[in-house]
Amino acid sequence: MGELKLMKGNEAIAEAAIREGVDAYFGYPITPQSEVIEYLMMEKPEERTGMVVLQAESELAAINMVYGAAAAGKKVFTSSSSPGISLYQEGISYIAGAELPCVIANVVRGGPGLGTIQPSQADYFQTVKGGGHGDYRLLTLAPASVQEMADFIELGFELAYKYKNPVMILSDGMIGQMMEKVELKEQKPRWTDQEINEMNGSWAAIGKPETRERNIITSLDLDSAKMEQHNHHLQAKYRKMESDEVRFETFNTDDAEYLIVAYGSSARIAQKSLALARAKGIKAGLFRPITLYPFPMKALAELAPLLKGILSVEMSAGQMIEDIKLAVECNVRVEHFGRYGGIIHSPEEVLEALEQKIIGG
Amino acid sequence: MTEEIIIAGFGGQGVLSMGKILAYSGIMQDQEVSWMPSYGPEMRGGTANVTVIVSDERISSPILNFYDTAIILNQQSMDKFESTVKPGGLLLYDPNGITRHPERKDINIYAIEGARLAAEMGNTKIFNMIVLGAYLKLKPIVKLENVILGLKKSLPERYHKLIPMNEAALKAGMENPQEMVSA
Repeated sequence: MGELKLMKGNEAIAEAAIREGVDAYFGYPITPQSEVIEYLMMEKPEERTGMVVLQAESELAAINMVYGAAAAGKKVFTSSSSPGISLYQEGISYIAGAELPCVIANVVRGGPGLGTIQPSQADYFQTVKGGGHGDYRLLTLAPASVQEMADFIELGFELAYKYKNPVMILSDGMIGQMMEKVELKEQKPRWTDQEINEMNGSWAAIGKPETRERNIITSLDLDSAKMEQHNHHLQAKYRKMESDEVRFETFNTDDAEYLIVAYGSSARIAQKSLALARAKGIKAGLFRPITLYPFPMKALAELAPLLKGILSVEMSAGQMIEDIKLAVECNVRVEHFGRYGGIIHSPEEVLEALEQKIIGG
Repeated sequence: MTEEIIIAGFGGQGVLSMGKILAYSGIMQDQEVSWMPSYGPEMRGGTANVTVIVSDERISSPILNFYDTAIILNQQSMDKFESTVKPGGLLLYDPNGITRHPERKDINIYAIEGARLAAEMGNTKIFNMIVLGAYLKLKPIVKLENVILGLKKSLPERYHKLIPMNEAALKAGMENPQEMVSA
């Protein structure tokens, strides 16, 4: 068993990044995720592993530093919160277009605009439907605990390098600020220059050996035919993610008549609602998507015929519900419930919504 | 066993650190824990609160509407949280500065003179440990030895010399909770 610590989600993701052997972190502070860069500065990772931690002059600078470091074949991580992630979007689209691996964490706060510093899940559309311009997709992992904040760093980098694609860890102010027990992994060594050459030399901008042409990393091609080919290639990659990388978790779905679908913080809250529902004799289950893109379409579609109704629970005005409706092709009643603008719904409110909107609806 | 606790008072009273030490103590005896603070403007001089859950099982929601125990350290928190204690639950408060005492008859109400005892012991900073001691006397969910281990784990080494004083404060708290019967 690894080392057990009591940590905030923000601290756990930062410590996990050091232990993952990440080469660089670029960021700009914003509540409720400032502890990520604070922790990294306090821990002096340049002394522990040689990892670079830099506070950029703005989010625009930070994401372009990520773009540059990723292009050089380095393992690079950044984090921000909603308004900062909006500023990242141009860079994210370029990184996706140029097919570079990196891990980005969004500790979501209420919006729109500067909004509030309290938790929210209203960045679902931005994350899984684009955010930046063009036909690209972000592999999106939604942690529901401090342990997963740490674990998804390793998984995130594994997926980012497997697909040469940016990975988003979509959490929120609740997971970022809460403390839980977390088991930390052993320190991995950072990749040596030779390892980077061996693993990433075929694509990264690491200098031109005599044996091949130079690598050019760009998202630009003025020849539309070539750009269409590039888009075909990207789409094929996204279809592979959709078939191979779906992750989800279910609770009490075997005999469920009613299903709550919720991710991240809302999935934790809904677990309590589920216990309250079962205590009242309501046959409820919980379906928790872990990957939001790719969304677990098939698994939900398979459950749908057994259900009398689905409640989508999200701290938003209703975003994930659109993917649920697509998954079940509207063959079963689907309603949304969620508090938003920085208010967290309680387990009792979720149960009440299930009773009123689905069971009695 | 699952114990769901809200600790609420002024920012600076040690509310968040009391919760943190309790959570660390739970880890020391292999339990699951969660610590969910209020964060933001209310922490800067206003009221602060933290929800702590200690359980033998995987913890579901770290955010709650109702609690097994409320530890209340100012009037605003009394107004807000007295009604959130589950029937049969515990309300522990420091009467110092309380103008309206709790009135419920379906919960167990205890007072701990934390502020006064801390002043008598010559260190107002150990106030929160006195209150924690009183709570652990009433609900011994974690052992004192594990609280000390939790303190060692959560405090930087340079503060370890303060642990005996914190232990004395915990013990003082354990000797002094007073059952209150609401009028």
